[in-house]
Amino acid sequence: MSRPRPEPVQIVKERRDRALSAIVGRVPYIRFLGIGFERHGDELTAVMHFDEKLIGNPILPALHGGATASFLEVTAIIELSWSYLWDDIESGALDPETLAAPGAVRLPKTIDFTIDYLRSGLPRDAYARARINRSGRRYASVHVEAWQDNRSRLYAQGTGHFLMPERDSTG
Amino acid sequence: MTDRKADFGETFIAALPLGKALGMEMVEIGDGMAAIRMPYHADLIGDPDTGVIHGGAVSALMDTCGGAAVMTHPDNPGGTATIDLRIDYMRAATPGQSITARAECYHMTRSVAFVRAQAFDEDETRPVAAATGTFTVEAKR
Repeated sequence: MSRPRPEPVQIVKERRDRALSAIVGRVPYIRFLGIGFERHGDELTAVMHFDEKLIGNPILPALHGGATASFLEVTAIIELSWSYLWDDIESGALDPETLAAPGAVRLPKTIDFTIDYLRSGLPRDAYARARINRSGRRYASVHVEAWQDNRSRLYAQGTGHFLMPERDSTG
Repeated sequence: MTDRKADFGETFIAALPLGKALGMEMVEIGDGMAAIRMPYHADLIGDPDTGVIHGGAVSALMDTCGGAAVMTHPDNPGGTATIDLRIDYMRAATPGQSITARAECYHMTRSVAFVRAQAFDEDETRPVAAATGTFTVEAKR
């Protein structure tokens, strides 16, 4: 029995990183908020880099609840898109060039989103990870946790439902 | 608008860096109600293929407007912070149109304020989104 020789690590990493930046890079609002994504295998961690414009309470100071709400929603949408495109990225059916083209990636649409503000957001970077609790053909349910200094002390969490884009025959 | 309310409207957004960055503008203030407009801008786009603005930007507007409704409530002694906010997205906002949120603080206890809000684009007959939230009531220091 033989299995195909695994691809060199740089090729695998480069393909995944290029695919991720193709999905994230086309959304102006993600850029406006200064949100980036770090990847380990298929696991994504969103980072919202601190900026003065994210402040909502200048006296404390604290991050604006709206910045946090946006951060959680962005994290959920990218996680969903990433996970539903993953198999096609891995198999090579979708190459990163194609992903970056207009109209190539249809993002899930938010149906509802609930944000639970647990602590006030400090004026520094924030991190978030999303967990897909259910992803069907049409609907998905996603939970997001966000923290700042300590992973175990969440400053916000959110749950949302999303309408998934219809899949083409390419998948 | 009374002077007190006009002052509040001006200073409220001016004191919020995110509100300013998103171009928000207070258009109406009442006792426990507020309306805030957010103009369309390319930075707010969530779907680059259609130009529809990101849900997160609508959430930011809803949160700001909800907070303003709490702060204008006659029984509110001081500041406020969001405890919880749920947003339902009914339809995509029409690209190029500004979004206006109207929030009402419909009940307030000594420690919690209850808010509901709706957001519209230029079609005022069909809401883009609806929200319900709870906010803290903070004692004056």
